[in-house]
Amino acid sequence: MFVKNLIDTYSLTADDITQILDTAQAFESVNNSRTIKKVPALRGRTIVNLFLEPSTRTKSSFELAEKRLSADSLSMGGSTSSVVKGESLADTIQTISAMNVDMFVCRARLAGTPQRITENTDAVVINAGDGKHQHPTQAMLDLYTMRKHFGHLDGLKVAIVGDLAHSRVCGSLAPALKTMGAEVTLVGPPTFQVDDPDWFGCPQTAHFDDVIEDMDVIYMLRVQLERMEGAAIPSRREYNRLYGLDMTRVNRMKDDAIIMHPGPMNRGMEINADVADCSRSRILNQVNAGVLTRMAEMYLLLGGENNGISA
Amino acid sequence: MAFLLRGAHVVDPQVGLDGVADVLIDGDKIAEVGQGLEPPADAEVIDASGKYLVPGLVDMHVHFRDPGFEYKETIDTGSRAAAHGGFTDVATMPNTDPVTDTGAEIRYQIDRGKHAGLVHIRPIGALTRGEKGEALSEIGDMVMEGAAAFSDDGHGVQSAGMMRTCMEYVSQFDRAVLAHCEIDSLTTNGVINEGKASTRLGMFGWPALGEELEIYRDIELAKLTGCRFHVCHISTAKGLDLVRAAKKEGLPVTCEVTPHHLFLNEDDITPTYNTNLKMNPPLRTKADMEALVEGICDGSIDCVVTDHAPHAPHEKDCEWEIAFFGCVGLETSLPLMLTKLVLPGKMSWSRLVEVMAVNPRKVLTLEPVKVEAGSTADLTLIDPAAEIEVTEDWLQGKAKNSAFLGWHLTGAASDVFCAGKRTLTDGVVTPA
Repeated sequence: MFVKNLIDTYSLTADDITQILDTAQAFESVNNSRTIKKVPALRGRTIVNLFLEPSTRTKSSFELAEKRLSADSLSMGGSTSSVVKGESLADTIQTISAMNVDMFVCRARLAGTPQRITENTDAVVINAGDGKHQHPTQAMLDLYTMRKHFGHLDGLKVAIVGDLAHSRVCGSLAPALKTMGAEVTLVGPPTFQVDDPDWFGCPQTAHFDDVIEDMDVIYMLRVQLERMEGAAIPSRREYNRLYGLDMTRVNRMKDDAIIMHPGPMNRGMEINADVADCSRSRILNQVNAGVLTRMAEMYLLLGGENNGISA
Repeated sequence: MAFLLRGAHVVDPQVGLDGVADVLIDGDKIAEVGQGLEPPADAEVIDASGKYLVPGLVDMHVHFRDPGFEYKETIDTGSRAAAHGGFTDVATMPNTDPVTDTGAEIRYQIDRGKHAGLVHIRPIGALTRGEKGEALSEIGDMVMEGAAAFSDDGHGVQSAGMMRTCMEYVSQFDRAVLAHCEIDSLTTNGVINEGKASTRLGMFGWPALGEELEIYRDIELAKLTGCRFHVCHISTAKGLDLVRAAKKEGLPVTCEVTPHHLFLNEDDITPTYNTNLKMNPPLRTKADMEALVEGICDGSIDCVVTDHAPHAPHEKDCEWEIAFFGCVGLETSLPLMLTKLVLPGKMSWSRLVEVMAVNPRKVLTLEPVKVEAGSTADLTLIDPAAEIEVTEDWLQGKAKNSAFLGWHLTGAASDVFCAGKRTLTDGVVTPA
């Protein structure tokens, strides 16, 4: 790995990403086939899961990945953290660092929080989602899922559909796909479109129905229901009609094309229930890949490749 | 006390001066300007050769946080920063606590400034009570106590009808309305320029239109009411074009720009999220920045101001989205203008004097200060060869949130005379 921390995807090279995906693949048997789902790769290393906003799947995924690698881990956040008592982030990080830990995994409501953590600790930092900015470990599990299905990423056509502007998933997935040679199209109502699609180097359209037939992957983003308060869209019903993935749209997809969603889903809004559960859906495969890729990221960033312990 | 400044290059376009001369200060006035002046017996003679002498610099947009937020800055500490930066006058914005919206609060600031004794405080009164944009404040009372202008700086007046009322009311006095142009419903939650920067860094954008639309509205209201109207901290090329068009039409419209909008742009905000670059209005595009530089050089922009916005360390040493807006600027303004524009020859010395001394006095309807006998002895002596590094220790104000920390600059004020009193001596604020 060329990076010390995993903060964003636009700093990753194609080699970095390939190394993460290959390492994750090597961990597949540990997590998916063995009865004893544990290797000693990170035995004696200490990882702090600092979750400053609610998370179910990402937090569980990290915790399981840490257990699989035999790391000692500590999860904190929400009402148990000092951050909510008015302590500054810098003080919290310096305090925990003084206990001598090896890694922080951080989920935060505010963009740039993981970067600030790096400025206050010598430990390695993994961004588990910061505000509307980046969610790089989500992007890696998504790439893993796509590569698993197609055997490659180069040349894949991927539509990312939904609340683009407020999505750290889009913010990290689109650059990572571009780095790996995929073609990305952003789809969403104008009130949800990103301010500057040129920065991603992706076309952006409001017309979902115009792109469906061309795509290898249709990636539906969760609509944050709280965003509706600002009247960016008129109703769930209308959103579902214009941008929801229903069977009529699914039936127009290429034979081999797949459906993805980072979860949690609003069934009946951005994705219909029957679509979420259909044979094209890779949504649960994504969840499984999350454990594998997070094992790979922690293993590589803590120097696992050099410490003589094989997976 | 008398001073004879010998051999400085004097620049004052108001009296057609641009050459070496001696200047004699006696008491609070300039006694004589000429060649080979002989010092009176009690005069201190200062060798000013190689330096530039100009009318005292004026920063017509600062926040001294006094009263109410003295932990960020006070009139005492802000005055030190002002003298260190070469200024003789500063206009203080009214977003204090309580908001400066009555004559008594104007009087407090002036008195406090006299007590500090380093710089003339020219308080700006709030246009509306509490800067809430709902009811006129006691503007006449504030004029009588010495208010230099009126503004709800920090916010735009959201209601066009209320702004019309404000401008109509102010038009009876010889004062300008200074407007922070921002339509809240367009900039809601915005913390960074909308476009590449907001996309790249994943935060809510503050669109240029949120500023431009209100500039347009207020120019038209100035036309309707006849009130003098001044655009605060203009930040976009389009906004500047609107001001240019208004001037061409002969309307009483002026504007100002900050050094951070002249010399920084959104591309300077990196993924380290340096919160000293979080401003309102935000740093805009490179093209906007270049248009503003053109505007300050060609006369379209009237004044350079700093929007000096001191904050305590904990208000900046945090995540970008919750950090306070603004940066300090009094001490870097002149060095930046010299380093980036005057010394490379993009701006003449006389233009510098216009935008930093002559024009701000006009907008604030202050008595002109000229380098001629009989004028108030508000003077700034500039050493164009001074080398400075902007560090926290070098900054003399209470707050250290400069957007230019670590920069190396050439040229700075060496001495300042405020009503004949030497407030800066060889780069050191006096009394120390």
